[in-house]
This record gives sequence, structure tokens and C-alpha cells, in this order.
Amino acid sequence: MRRITRIATVGVASAALALSATACGGKSSSSGDNKDPKAAIAYDIGGRGDQSFNDAAFAGLEKAEKDLDIKGTEAEPSEGEGDPDKVQRLTELARAGNNPVIGVGFAYAPAIAEVAPKFPKTTFGLIDDTSKTGKNIANLVFSEEQGSYLAGVAAAKVTKSKTVGFIGGVETPLIKKFEAGFVQGVKDTNKSVNVKVQYLTQPPDFGGFAKPDLGKAAAEGQIDAGADVIYAAAGLAGSGSIEAAAKAKKWAIGVDSDQYNQKGLAAYKEYILTSVTKDVSDSVYNLIKSVKDGKPQSGEIRYGLDKDGVGLATSNPAFTKLTDVTAAVDKAKADIIAGKIKVKTAP
Amino acid sequence: MRKFDKDRLLLGLAGPALALVVAFLLTSVVLLVSDRDPFEPYRIMVENAEFTDVQVLILNQTGTYYLAALAVAIGFRMNLFNIGVDGQYRLAAMLAAVVGASVELPGPLHVLLIVFVAMFVGAFWAGIAGILKTTRGVSEVVSTIMLNAIATSLIAWMILPANLGVQAEGSNDLTTGAIPESGWVPGLDVEGGTIYGFTFVAFALGVVYWFVLNRTRFGFDLRATGASDSAAQASGVDARKMVLTAMLISGAVAGLTGLPLLLGQTHTYSFSFPAGIGFTGITIALLGRNNPIGIFFAALLVAFLDKASASLDQFGYEKEIATIMQGLIVISVVVSYELVRQYGLRRQQQKVGEELAAQARTNKQEAVR
Repeated sequence: MRRITRIATVGVASAALALSATACGGKSSSSGDNKDPKAAIAYDIGGRGDQSFNDAAFAGLEKAEKDLDIKGTEAEPSEGEGDPDKVQRLTELARAGNNPVIGVGFAYAPAIAEVAPKFPKTTFGLIDDTSKTGKNIANLVFSEEQGSYLAGVAAAKVTKSKTVGFIGGVETPLIKKFEAGFVQGVKDTNKSVNVKVQYLTQPPDFGGFAKPDLGKAAAEGQIDAGADVIYAAAGLAGSGSIEAAAKAKKWAIGVDSDQYNQKGLAAYKEYILTSVTKDVSDSVYNLIKSVKDGKPQSGEIRYGLDKDGVGLATSNPAFTKLTDVTAAVDKAKADIIAGKIKVKTAP
Repeated sequence: MRKFDKDRLLLGLAGPALALVVAFLLTSVVLLVSDRDPFEPYRIMVENAEFTDVQVLILNQTGTYYLAALAVAIGFRMNLFNIGVDGQYRLAAMLAAVVGASVELPGPLHVLLIVFVAMFVGAFWAGIAGILKTTRGVSEVVSTIMLNAIATSLIAWMILPANLGVQAEGSNDLTTGAIPESGWVPGLDVEGGTIYGFTFVAFALGVVYWFVLNRTRFGFDLRATGASDSAAQASGVDARKMVLTAMLISGAVAGLTGLPLLLGQTHTYSFSFPAGIGFTGITIALLGRNNPIGIFFAALLVAFLDKASASLDQFGYEKEIATIMQGLIVISVVVSYELVRQYGLRRQQQKVGEELAAQARTNKQEAVR
């Protein structure tokens, strides 16, 4: 009796935890239908609706659907899944005749390395990773540190409290590139500005990309500690940071997508100073287009400041009004492109 | 006596069956309420499971779940709630991968070393909770949950390139380096993929589990202590020692959970190594009633729900339906087991009462005569 009730109590409590069980996404349909051009993207943690990284990829697919008359397919991952699930998802997408199949995020690297040789006629796009290469693999990578450097310049210029905050979603090498660029940009502009750095979660807990409440709490903490500009590179969790900054009437800097224009964040848009854009959408669109034109991209395709692959959004009129800030940003941008400033990729 | 056993078997099956029916019905209600076809998703899932590659995926996942659930079940039989399986297997897989990648040994030895390290690390991590419980009376529920969080942070620190990790050129992932081929466990190539060799080891462990618990003195002691530690102590069982031993064995089995995937496919521990299997293991052990065969079918069911729900979002259904169903299964399992237990108890009382009454009647008749 005692055992049963005890197990019952904790069992119900742990049911919630058990819900983080793995599941996988993908598509199983009859293969061989290659007449209509089809393209597919497999999302990273957070999935569509993160107002950020994944949504940028979706925007690229959407544009291709409209302009190139492509039928797009999306597939979502689940928390805690492993490589076999990703292999399965990509296999199903490729088998269904999608070309290209794009893995959004570095976690797809081992899976693409396994699946790509089995579908030599399909082009695989791999975002944020160049470690796995192949004839039919296009590695779409970005110089995130350069865009973040510009954000650092802008933050150092607009801060009044001489304190700015950086919030990273999950402490991975990729997000550390954002941190490195941002901190260097701040310090190069004004040495006396203090940068508070905080990461939301440690891998394998990728909740730091998916849980806005974590981003909100971290931003509130940094604002309490005196920060008046918050730059969050945290996917969906970053929307919580933006909310917290807007409520405290402080500046927020968005990431990946131009978050000033994101519908989900419209209520806070006037406090979104700018966003470090990472043109995932164009990279997705370009890859789909290249496949449709019969000249599929392959190998490393790097998007930096020079190609506007990364950059700083100027859609908030409050930002463009600060002409001394934009001037400093433009100068830094020119210096980076000219090679006068080297931006570190690790803090 | 034999008839009573049959009753027990029927009652044992009634629990999970009732739970599953209730869970499916409730899921259909959820679907109806959200304006979806209440049965279509099941059809899609069954259809999806007809693909051979999905079947292989399900079977491999079953093996992994089976190990996690066995680890949990060992604790349950001892009245211990090892919620820390999750941290134990992740830490074990990570360190086993590090050791496996840093040495080169002849085939079987290399694999044995990796397996040993995994079991040792798992046992060590669970043993901390065991020692805390036996010496300080700390509830293992609390300590194992906390040890999960500590394991996460420890792994995140150890996997930094400055410590034990490796960051491949151009990669944004961190790994523990690749295990050389001598440390891989060959799988069974079938149509649709490869069944990990370790999946079979997992099922074999189920036989060992049954034998040790039901056919050895140690197993008897363990079950006795689980049923009542004071009674067991009175009959000469060292309850504290049993707690610690059970925790160590549970942890050692938990340590094996990551190995089918590690030795059969990824050959390295990275950020994308699956997490959360330990919690699923609790669901499965509950549903399978700590019985090795029951756990197998429970693991198969959960693996099916996981993998077959994959394509639901392509057909306009959210694949979280499967997650909802898993949650509902856990809740209905707990409720239905209690209902079935009470029903069985009442039935038994009635039966005993009837027999006693019958006996009393005959006695009376004899007395009259």
C-alpha cells in the first residue's frame, strides 16, 4: 500500500518530466514524385514560431514557394532527440522527393553526413557547420561575430548607465561567437562600459533557446544590475528578454531575424533598437534557387558583412535618428570589410 | 492455488489494459475538443509504422528504453525511486565515450572496457544518493533529481575543449572525439537499417533481471526489503546494505542506457546525444509493472508512439498528440492500478468470506445432525 501511494504521488509529479521524451518529426509519403519541385527544411530546437533563427529559415522557404513555385515542407524536432531521429527525418524528406533538404542548425551535421551519400542526386543544405562536407552538401555559414560586433558598437554608444547585457541561449561555441563579437565591439568603442554576460542553460538542456521565461528572468536580473541595453542571442527565449527590456523601457537588441518587424513582438517593437540579422532566409532561398536552376550550390558558402549575410537592421526609426550611433556602426562595418578590424570568434 | 494465480494474472493484465483504453479515449477527447478527427492520427501512426526503417528505429529505441526502465524497476522493487537514471546514463555515456576514444584495444576488450566504465560511472553517481540515504536518511527522490542537474553541469564543463571535449574544425558542436572502430558493437543489418548489437544485450539483461530477482536469495532479500524493511530486518536482512546495493545496481544498469546508441551509431558523445530517456524509463517501468516482459511491451509501445508520431505534422496533426498520450498513460496507469488492486482485494475478501461461510454452514449442519 505504502509503495503504491508513494509511487503514485511521485509518478504523477514525474509525468511532466517524462513528457520530455523523445519523438521525431519527418515525413513519410510515397517516394519518387519528382515532377513538381519540392524543397524541405528540418528545424532546429524551438521550431517555427521562435521569431528568430527558425523563422528566418521559414521566411526563405516561403519566399521560394512564392517566387520559384516550389512546394515547401517543414519538419520539427523534439526536445532531447538523438541522431537517429534526425537521420530518419532527413531520409524521409529526401525520399519524398524534396530537393534541396536543408538542416537548420549544426546539430544536423552528423545526420547529413550519413544521409547525403545515400541520396547523391539530392542537395543537402547544412546551416552553421562546415565540419561535414560532400559533393551534394552545401555548408551555409555566417560570420555572426561581425554582426554582433556592430551591435556592441551600437550598445556602447547608446548606453547611459555604462552597463550593457549579453544573454546567450545555450552555452555552445556558436553562441560564444555572438558573445565574442559583441564584447569586442563594446570594448573597442568604449573601454569603460561594463558587459554583463549570462547564459540561460547548459547543453544538453537546449531550453535556453526555447523558453521565453528564462530569457525574461535573465534580462530582468541584468536590468536590475544597471544594464540599459540587452542583447539576447537566444532564439525564442530572446523574446522574453525583449519583453523584459521593453517593460523596463530599456533598449533591446534582437537577433537572427529583424525582430522589429516580427509580428509576435509588435507590442515591444519601439524598444527594439536594432537586430543582428543573420540572413538565414536568403541563404535558404539562394540554395533552393540554385537547385532549381540546375546549378546546385555545394561546399562552404559564407555569409559575412561584405555580402550583407549578417548585419544590423535599421528598420526602427528611433535607431536611424541616432546619427552618431549609425555613423559609428557604418565606420566599424567598413573597417571590418576592409580587414582593418579582426573580430574574434571565441571570447 | 493455481486458480488464484490465474486470477492474479488476469488482474495484472487488467491494469495496463484499462489504463491504455482510458488514455486512448482521453486523447480522442482532446482531439475532439480541439476540432480534429479523433481517430485519424492513430491510423496515420499505424501506417507510418509499416515502413521498415521506422520499425528498426522503434526496435532500437525499445532497447534503449528497456535499459532505462530496468534500472528504474530495480529501484522500484526495493521501494526506491531512482529518478536519477537520466543523469546517470548521460554522465556514464559521456565518460565511457571519453575513455573509449582515448584508448585503442583489441575488439572485445575495448568494448568491455567501455561497458565497464559506463556501469561504474552510473553506479558511482547513483551510489552517492545511496550513501546519502543510508548514512543521512536523505530521500533518494530529492538527491537523485539534484544529481541530474549536477550531472548536466558537470558534463557541460567536461565537454569544453579545454577539458575533455573536442571541437571539430568548422563545427559548432562539441564532442568527446570518435571511438576507434575496435570499440564499436556491430549490429544486425536488416532491410531498413541496422539493429544495434547492444539492443539484444538489453533484452538479454531482462532475463538476468528476472532470474536474479525471482530465483536467487539476493533477489528475495531485495523484494522482501522492498515490501517491508522492518520485517526483512527482523529476519536477518541488512536493510541498509540492501538499499545501497540496489542503488548501485540500478545505477550500473542506468549507465548502460546510452550504450546502444553510443556503440552502435554515434561513436561519440555530443550536444545532440539524446536526453530525457531516464524519465521515459519511469513511465515504462510503471506501465510494465516492473515485470521484465511487461516492461518490454511498455517500452515497445512508447517507442512506437515516439517514432510513429513523427510524420503527424505532415498531415496537419500536431505530433505532440503522442506526448499527450504518454502523459495520459502515466496518469491512468496509476489510477487504474489502484482501482484494480482494490477490486482484487475486495474480490479476495468476498471469496474468503464465502468459503468461511460455507464452512460454517457445513459445520452447523453437521452439528444439527
